[in-house]
Amino acid sequence: MQYLMSVIQDRPELGTEQEQAAIDVFNTRLQEQGHWVFAGGLGFPDTATVVDNRGGEALVTDGPFVESKEFLAGFWILEAADLDVALALAAEGSKACNRRIEIRPFL
Amino acid sequence: MSEVDVQAAITRAHRAEWARVVAILTRRLGDFDRAEEAAAEAFATAVERWPTDGVPPSPGAWLTTTAGRKAIDRLRRESRRDDRYREARLLSGDDGDTPPEPIGAVDDVRLRLIFTCCHPALAPEARVALTLRMVGGLTVPEIARAFLVRETTMGARITRAKSKIATARIPYRVPAAADLPARVGGVLAVLYLVFNEGYLASGPPGTDPVRADLTAEAIRLTRLLRALLPDDGEVAGLLALMLLIEARRTARVSSDGVLVPLGEQDRGAWDTALIAEGHRLVRERLAAVAAATTAGSAPGRYQILAAINAVHTSARDADDTDWSQIIALYDQLIRLDPAPIIVLNRSIAVAELDGPEVALAAVDRLAAPLSTYHAYHATRADLLRRLGRDQQARAAYDRALALSTNTAETAYLTRRRDHPRATVRPDHG
Repeated sequence: MQYLMSVIQDRPELGTEQEQAAIDVFNTRLQEQGHWVFAGGLGFPDTATVVDNRGGEALVTDGPFVESKEFLAGFWILEAADLDVALALAAEGSKACNRRIEIRPFL
Repeated sequence: MSEVDVQAAITRAHRAEWARVVAILTRRLGDFDRAEEAAAEAFATAVERWPTDGVPPSPGAWLTTTAGRKAIDRLRRESRRDDRYREARLLSGDDGDTPPEPIGAVDDVRLRLIFTCCHPALAPEARVALTLRMVGGLTVPEIARAFLVRETTMGARITRAKSKIATARIPYRVPAAADLPARVGGVLAVLYLVFNEGYLASGPPGTDPVRADLTAEAIRLTRLLRALLPDDGEVAGLLALMLLIEARRTARVSSDGVLVPLGEQDRGAWDTALIAEGHRLVRERLAAVAAATTAGSAPGRYQILAAINAVHTSARDADDTDWSQIIALYDQLIRLDPAPIIVLNRSIAVAELDGPEVALAAVDRLAAPLSTYHAYHATRADLLRRLGRDQQARAAYDRALALSTNTAETAYLTRRRDHPRATVRPDHG
């Protein structure tokens, strides 16, 4: 079972060095225990570009598709037996990156 | 066997076996929804067949077998390949790719069911509804009525919760020992919420102020939890608390639907058997706490609340109440949980021991967190009334009335507001 663990960013500044070090420790643990699938940090929403090719001609627009105070700062994709395992990992991940985390199952 | 006897047997089987049938089917099918459906079909078959075939010697086994057959029939009717695969697994009794689960100290299929229904990843109102449906066997219309929401709303709430359990894979098992205390706490919170909704039912004018079906269901489920987790002090505490409150149920509302406060209740109308059982549980916990050496065995909130109610129910007359003992217990509770509502309840005891003036000063300090809570204004109103500050009391009664949703309480507050000097005596005749 795979889960998407989204990092909720609700402040303008980037992660600190201390947070990055804690995330590295957490990532190593995920890899060692077989939970790691993929992870990554994302650029700020103002670096986003929206592409719409539904009409046959690709329209390119600057900016995120929704403007909001909270946005996705990064994510993990995890392998976990069930939600309890995923929640325990999310608790650790939230502590490591010092941000709130949303857990969602892949279908 | 007469038709009445068969009906009684079906009702008994429903009460005793519903949760177990759902739980066993959930384990076999790995699917909450199908398990519930199959259990409901099995009980419908019992209603059809038992009057002619007779009540089977082991109703629980009959119902489980029948529900299993119904589930397989349903799977056969659906022709998707993965269902066929699942059916084959079912018939062979093989759990397939389900990893073997570590068997904890306590393991009962019903316990897994309760823990899954009360999982913290579900919304609190969904936990309550799902527990009543899956463990309590109440129908969706019954639960909708109990919580004053439309049937479609309640149906959607339950469906959404079941779908989240399946999609997010909320596990169907008793939590690991390390997580157990926290998770038991969540289950107890659900059961206490069900009990409280029954004990102080909300509803428009004309509705029943007490929902005895809900208090009874909460007690039944807590008894089940107690049987499954006999060494858990908080489970015992919650059961004792419910029993000691339930014992006063009939004395708490007069025949004309007006709330009768504790001090004015006819104590002869209290249920002595329930009080004796509640007191026994409280004594058992006191002995266990006294015998324990570890720091982790200190009594939790339900045990302390039960002890407070044990002090109340030990007094033959309201004037005999050991108020200093009650205040000491509230102080113990506040050290554990300094919630404003607990401080408010403590002040009611303070009024008895140190007078309404001292209590009012304590209550007034709670204005900020409790200004939208009916009991805050009701308590203030009563203290102001006792101090003879009738005009302020009236304003406080009005505020309490605007916030109260219980018909017996509304009737009581109205009477007090309009007749501040009269005693509200119970009219049990």
